[in-house]
Amino acid sequence: MNKIVLIIQREFMSRVKKKSFLLATILVPLIFPSIIGGMVYFKLQEEKNKKQEVVRVLNESDLISFKDSEDYKYLKVNGPLDSAKTLFNQSEDFALVYIPEISIDKPEGISFYAKTTPGVRLVERFEREFERQIRDIKLTRSGLTETQLDELKTEIQITSFNLSETGDEEKSDSNVVFGLGYVTGFLIYIFLFVYGAQVMQGVIEEKSSKIVEVIVSTVRPLHMMIGKVVGVASVGIVQFIIWIVLMGVIWTVVGAFLGIDAAQASGMSSEIQEVPTNDLLDVITGVNWLQVALLFLFYFLGGYLLYGALFAAVGSAVDTPADAQQFMMPIMLPIIIGLMGMFLFVFEEPNGAPSFWLSVIPFTSPIVMMGRIGFGVPAWEIALSMVLLVAGFFFTLWLAGRIYRIGILMHGTKVNYKILAKWLTMKN
Amino acid sequence: MNVLSQKEKQVSIIKIENIHKTYSEHQALKNVSLEIPKGSIFGLLGPNGAGKTTLIRIINQIIEADKGTILFDGITLNENHIRQIGYLPEERGLYKKMKVGEQLIYLGQLRGLSHKEALNSGKSWCEKLKIRDWWSKKIEDLSKGMAQKIQFISTVMHQPKLIILDEPFSGFDPVNANLIKDEILELREKGSTIIFSTHRMESVEQLCDYIAMINKSEKILDGSKQEVREQYRDGSYFVEYRLGEIQPAPDYEVLKTEEISRGLKKSLVKYNTYANPNELLRQLIDQVEIHSFIERIPSMNDIFIHLAKGENPETVAA
Repeated sequence: MNKIVLIIQREFMSRVKKKSFLLATILVPLIFPSIIGGMVYFKLQEEKNKKQEVVRVLNESDLISFKDSEDYKYLKVNGPLDSAKTLFNQSEDFALVYIPEISIDKPEGISFYAKTTPGVRLVERFEREFERQIRDIKLTRSGLTETQLDELKTEIQITSFNLSETGDEEKSDSNVVFGLGYVTGFLIYIFLFVYGAQVMQGVIEEKSSKIVEVIVSTVRPLHMMIGKVVGVASVGIVQFIIWIVLMGVIWTVVGAFLGIDAAQASGMSSEIQEVPTNDLLDVITGVNWLQVALLFLFYFLGGYLLYGALFAAVGSAVDTPADAQQFMMPIMLPIIIGLMGMFLFVFEEPNGAPSFWLSVIPFTSPIVMMGRIGFGVPAWEIALSMVLLVAGFFFTLWLAGRIYRIGILMHGTKVNYKILAKWLTMKN
Repeated sequence: MNVLSQKEKQVSIIKIENIHKTYSEHQALKNVSLEIPKGSIFGLLGPNGAGKTTLIRIINQIIEADKGTILFDGITLNENHIRQIGYLPEERGLYKKMKVGEQLIYLGQLRGLSHKEALNSGKSWCEKLKIRDWWSKKIEDLSKGMAQKIQFISTVMHQPKLIILDEPFSGFDPVNANLIKDEILELREKGSTIIFSTHRMESVEQLCDYIAMINKSEKILDGSKQEVREQYRDGSYFVEYRLGEIQPAPDYEVLKTEEISRGLKKSLVKYNTYANPNELLRQLIDQVEIHSFIERIPSMNDIFIHLAKGENPETVAA
């Protein structure tokens, strides 16, 4: 046990003392907020500098009309369509909308021309507008007056709540929990790769510097591996804590300087401008941050230990990082499936079957459960997922340990999957 | 070379009984039994791939034997013995990014020294080997020879009862090799036992008191160096002489003859009766003018090659 502590200490100190650690620890909290800040800034600039685009309209129908808006100025042009197209092409205008003579019951043949492929939202926006106009005409036809029509227009914003088992209400906002899940899930994804690769690198270094045989003559190979994996994890945790503190400080300082601007900017960046600031604060304070932080720590550690052991096993089996490539795929695949699963299933249907399974299977649960957590997950599912994750890392630790104990003593052997399987079953 | 007294001989630091080890298809050790006398320098000899490193790894508890027992100082080998063993593997290295001092303290602690003990011992060894100035240098900034000294210190700094050196002189420059030789002898004087594994026989001739030979996973020979040599004496003598030729006779045969300078010849004569060599000499004096008459003691190399290849040492002889 003492020796594991010694190894953890060495792993920790040798990494923390590196210049690259210092650099990453200081730069990341500076770079990430500046990238986000930069993006917000450009978005704001774009909004500010947005000029009215000209849309040419060849309207052969009298059912639909166009009214200039902040974004678009409509320019009526004459037909036929071919000449309108030619003229549009020569112009610098944004788009050409062609509306043939349509019947109110069968409004077909409307076309939209642009010089580049138009965004889906843009075309949808025109569709909605035309549908609305046609619906109004139909309603008028059935006898409604203009005033009645205006009265029909209602704008509704739904406020959603999470009803907990105790009956407490928490205001929820799927944008916020989406953001939370996205950030924490993605962070775990990144950490698995970054720190997993560090473990592998470390093992390969020990092997190539040939120190390893001296070390295993004093400690069991499994303990050496655990020491290394935990040592790197402690570097990760310390680095993460420093990041959080630094970012907190930077955020507060920048916030104090920019005042309201910063709050506005944060609203913009997560596209929740419509939610009034007070409500947003309600939502943010409504999130159980302690729970999220603790679960994040658990899933980060659990996922990292599970994969860290496997990365160590790969490192032990090869002589150079280049040789490691062939064994990386089976390790990377479940991590990537976890991330894809989070995007494809969790954000669409956080409590659906695929989301459930991906968040309890140990190989994907660290990423997927963090994605789900904000949407409210039953306690038993969290418990099941945690128990399975712990069981999972004991399993990979055992599996990796069996490869590691043989691998680290092998030099110059070309290792393939068949040989790895042989090592697994070999006696000590 | 001091020969151990009869009393000392009886106590062994390591007693290996009927060790077997098989790697998936390959049998690395087949029923090997050995005793390593306390305070000796023990040569573990054998060609590459014979099973020496496997045996050493088993003594170091890096791998386990499939069958058989090992006693360390009379007690079944266990984790507590790690503190008593110093090991310099054939594949040896150091953490390149670590400083000399940190590295020695770390390795000393892994062997069971406290931080303070490791610090003191590391420093005094560095002083002894005149490398105290490098204490704060990184390993990657050292020359290969300097790194070798650090490796040696890390092997002996915890004053182990048993020091295991696997091919210690491969890769060592001659100056370091000599230095290490002297240190090995000094450590033995202080009571340590040294096992040293090699396929290079010349180092064995000089240093070892005892030897064991392993070939193709089996022990084929062991005993004190004198005993072994005694065992492989074959009654042949180098004779230098002038004037005439040694004529064949029923009692002896002339294995080969060469002219070593003007008129001076050297023959290897095998005395078939194993009787008193004076008899042989008497017969030769009648034929030629004898300048020297020396028994050919087989070198370790001869015995080794003889046993490893199943050849007769006579045909191998110089």
